[in-house]
Amino acid sequence: MKQETRKEIMFTGFGGQGVITAGYITGQAAAVYDDKESVLTQVYGPEARGSACYSGVVVDEEEIDYLYLLSPQVMVVMSQDAYEKFLPKLQEGGVVIVDSSLVEVDERVKKYRLYKVSATEIAEEMGARIIANVVMLGFVSRIWDAVSVEGMRESVKSRVPRKHLDLNIRAFEKGVELGEKALAKEC
Amino acid sequence: MGKTVLTGKHFWYGNIAIAEGAIAAGCRFFAGYPITPASEIAEHISRRFPQIGGIFVQFEDELASMAAILGASWTGVKSMTSTSGPGFSLMQENIGLGAMMEVPTVIVNTQRGGPSTGLPTLTGQGDVMQAKWGSHGQYEIIALSPDSPQEAFDLTIRCFNLAEKYRVPVILLASETIAHSAGKVVVPPEDEIELVYRKKPKVPPEEYLPYRPDEDLVPPMACAGEGYTITTTGLTHNEKGYPDTTAEAQEKLARRLNDKIRKHRKDIVDVKEENMEDAKIAVVSYGQVSRPAKRAVKMAREEGIKAGSIKLITIWPFAEHVIHKWAKQVEYFIVPELNYGQIYLEVKREADGNAQTILIPRMGGTLFTPREIYQEIKKVNKK
Repeated sequence: MKQETRKEIMFTGFGGQGVITAGYITGQAAAVYDDKESVLTQVYGPEARGSACYSGVVVDEEEIDYLYLLSPQVMVVMSQDAYEKFLPKLQEGGVVIVDSSLVEVDERVKKYRLYKVSATEIAEEMGARIIANVVMLGFVSRIWDAVSVEGMRESVKSRVPRKHLDLNIRAFEKGVELGEKALAKEC
Repeated sequence: MGKTVLTGKHFWYGNIAIAEGAIAAGCRFFAGYPITPASEIAEHISRRFPQIGGIFVQFEDELASMAAILGASWTGVKSMTSTSGPGFSLMQENIGLGAMMEVPTVIVNTQRGGPSTGLPTLTGQGDVMQAKWGSHGQYEIIALSPDSPQEAFDLTIRCFNLAEKYRVPVILLASETIAHSAGKVVVPPEDEIELVYRKKPKVPPEEYLPYRPDEDLVPPMACAGEGYTITTTGLTHNEKGYPDTTAEAQEKLARRLNDKIRKHRKDIVDVKEENMEDAKIAVVSYGQVSRPAKRAVKMAREEGIKAGSIKLITIWPFAEHVIHKWAKQVEYFIVPELNYGQIYLEVKREADGNAQTILIPRMGGTLFTPREIYQEIKKVNKK
């Protein structure tokens, strides 16, 4: 089965953290700014407020014939609940990016390639907890080759309120920088 | 004034694509009542219409909403509503009135799991037969079903075009899956979007009969304020539009209401066939199921199985001639549906014993994976 061009990412956390917005921005980056094909699906139900929730993005070079996640290669985890609930869905050997300000990992994570980003702490230092997801987007765009940093940046710009644009871009660039460092460390 | 056609590349949820498709098609009157998972269509239109001179009304319920879009259409405006299962049930009486009075209008049913309030936030395909038979009496309707946000945009425009061409309520059978997934939608330049408008009378007002059909069986439609006398009713009527409750009038009118759709089946029916040239097994699917079905066929082909796919874009009128044709070549039709066998029975009827028809039923709530459909293909292939 031809699967090599299909790429999947899952954003997980609790309702209100912008987990679905993060998925939307990623999907839009791929489809509109990078001109690939992408699909966003999301949890849709009462659990979307407050408890563990997720969004999934599929990116492909060609038409996507199955909307939902089959086997995500990358997972962003922004809450302990989400860690417990969703981690097993990650493809073996996949990349897990945890918000280390909120999530404690255990031995289960050893199956995966782990990155720790203290996104919520960074966001709080910048003055707005709510932009933790944007820090994550910066990081994702740097380490995941399915979307470009430029595409993701444009997508963030188009989605955030104009008056908070600077703050969001700073959060995004911080994430890119952390991604850069993480990659450099591996070399 | 805002832009009516948002030419360019977008990343839209299916519900937004439907709303923008309606706007691009020239819809300027929307009446509705909120319901999951269709509400975002109304929400989006309520924000967009004030920018472009449209009228949005949230009514007290779906009965009033359906009545309002019929009335609006009689003023010459393109009108629509959107709803889901429970609301669609409430609209049925007035959908029949629309069929009888020959009113061009569009109803979006973002399907969820049923019966009754069922699964408000999850997907289904249980309203397929209801779309055709939901109102009483013998009539024909048109229904289309999209499988992506792009198709949701394109088919919403086509719904309006067919409604205007055949003077009939047209139903877009969408679903929660399409409504709440986002994908790339390319909106063409405004002048490249083909729009159809209802035929206007060519005769002066004193010679006009509101229900005298042309050769295509569709009567030209004068609207309120255009200087013509319009009489219309839900009762069986003559060409003047006056009630004529006789067997003779009924024979003439009800037969024409059906024939104007049936005789144009080939114009209305749209299907997408893939890998069918040498296929022995055909997967017949529609709406959100088409995408995993297509992938399942690809997987089967990689295993050397002669599988093909027939995607029904038009659900009603049914693609009889298409199934009839392929039944002579294939040995099996496989029909995966998120219900307990609705289109399956249509396929079986048209296969007429020339090919076997196999149903893969699911009651809704979640979509088939490609593998699930692929495994059925494999099973059938071994027979």
